[in-house]
Amino acid sequence: MSVSTNLLEVQNLTVRREKEILAGVSFAVPAGEMLMVLGPSGAGKSTLLRCLNRLDPVDGGRVLLGGEDIARMDVKILRRRVGMVFQVPALIPDTVRANIRLGPSLRGQVLPDGDCEQLLRAVGLASGFLDRQVETLSLGEQQRVAFAQVLANRPEVLLLDEPTSALDPTAVLTIENLIRQVHEELHTATLLVTHSVEQALRFNTETLVLLEGRIIARGPIQQLVTGSSDERLRRFFEGRLNDSQGESS
Amino acid sequence: MNTSSLLVAYGLVLIALAISWAHRLGLEKDVLWSSLRATVQLLVMGYLLQWIFSIREAWGYFVILTLMAGIAALISGNRGRAVPRSHPIAFAGIALGSVVTFAVLYAAGVIRPEVNYIIPIGGMIIGNAMNASSLCFNRLIGEMSHQRRRIETLLALGADARQAARAAVRQTVRSAMIPTIDSMKTIGLVHLPGIMTGFLIAGGSPLEAVKFQLAVVYMIAGAAGIAVALVSLLASRQCFTRDLQLLPHLRPGLEGA
Repeated sequence: MSVSTNLLEVQNLTVRREKEILAGVSFAVPAGEMLMVLGPSGAGKSTLLRCLNRLDPVDGGRVLLGGEDIARMDVKILRRRVGMVFQVPALIPDTVRANIRLGPSLRGQVLPDGDCEQLLRAVGLASGFLDRQVETLSLGEQQRVAFAQVLANRPEVLLLDEPTSALDPTAVLTIENLIRQVHEELHTATLLVTHSVEQALRFNTETLVLLEGRIIARGPIQQLVTGSSDERLRRFFEGRLNDSQGESS
Repeated sequence: MNTSSLLVAYGLVLIALAISWAHRLGLEKDVLWSSLRATVQLLVMGYLLQWIFSIREAWGYFVILTLMAGIAALISGNRGRAVPRSHPIAFAGIALGSVVTFAVLYAAGVIRPEVNYIIPIGGMIIGNAMNASSLCFNRLIGEMSHQRRRIETLLALGADARQAARAAVRQTVRSAMIPTIDSMKTIGLVHLPGIMTGFLIAGGSPLEAVKFQLAVVYMIAGAAGIAVALVSLLASRQCFTRDLQLLPHLRPGLEGA
């Protein structure tokens, strides 16, 4: 019998700035599952992710992690449990080893060399990279180190904010393989944000479509692409969303 | 010096005016206005100092120095408006830098508890602490904004405000101390500092003038260093919300995606 408990539950999440960015967004992610968050630029995807580890403030609703309201949790502990890989890697100007050790070092722990090498292998880099300065790495390699850096905290949830959008096409495929591989090996619940329908199709997983701060569809991406009768959804999949409306940001 | 000597000296300004007129520089109005302004400002200052120098009670000096620090904090705090509570932070930095420096100079016997020492030296210390504090605010805001991605990466890994801002604060302190350090490097080579010049004009021996000037240089470095350390420490904490989020106006380009 497979018991699928929701590790992460988002309930009626609302974020307002000058305009409404998220309007009552609700969804759940079972433990070990991968959920794709797909939407055009300005749909509120990144804000949604940033609310899940409290990098952004919310105006309404709540987020539960393992049944516990994240607003009541120690924010530093929450961020270790909910790791985030950003669009553009922003590593500290030091060695790969120092970067991988960064998370544990913030709470006074030193990650042993063996663990660093293991993490490096998990992201597809040879142990020879440990002593390399991060400035000498390509952007794709830096993104792999950023992954290892986040994984060093052993997160329960992995938030991936368009981690391939700054990369060249070859590096995109490599990082996509890495995401699949890490998910298969570690079974970490993963939320992957993308604006690319092609990327969502390549992952071929449960997908949530966000448009103007609202979830307009959820389901397996193939079904959404082929079977949707929603006009806006069809326009988005066909890349004609701007024919009916302006970009919201 | 009598008033007529001063009037003759003003003739030099008339030469500047004549040059401007002859070369059609269009600076006549500016030269005239600024020279009159300088005259009025210094006369007012002279009368004010004469009144201050007539005060004999210690509390009077304390009030005047506190007022000076308050004005300095107002000016410096305005420079750091992007940081919440910039004015009290500026006051804390300027006041601590000044008090510690004053105490050391007094304990070392460099200054005596007399009005003609306390007010000008106090003004110098507070002024330099203010400059350092303003530079510190300016640089900190720039660094926090410039390093926003790295700061957010650190926050997302579980860093607290101190850990997340460490690199930005380090860069801020380094930059804010550059003028003070450079000024120490070039003193006596590029410029003959004011205190020394005053000492020499007043008939003091060059070596005595140098000693006093050195004390002033150390004093400026001390006041600036303490002000920068405290302002950068307190102000960097204010760049984050209670939930350890970087303030929205410090992370342009990361909003609303």
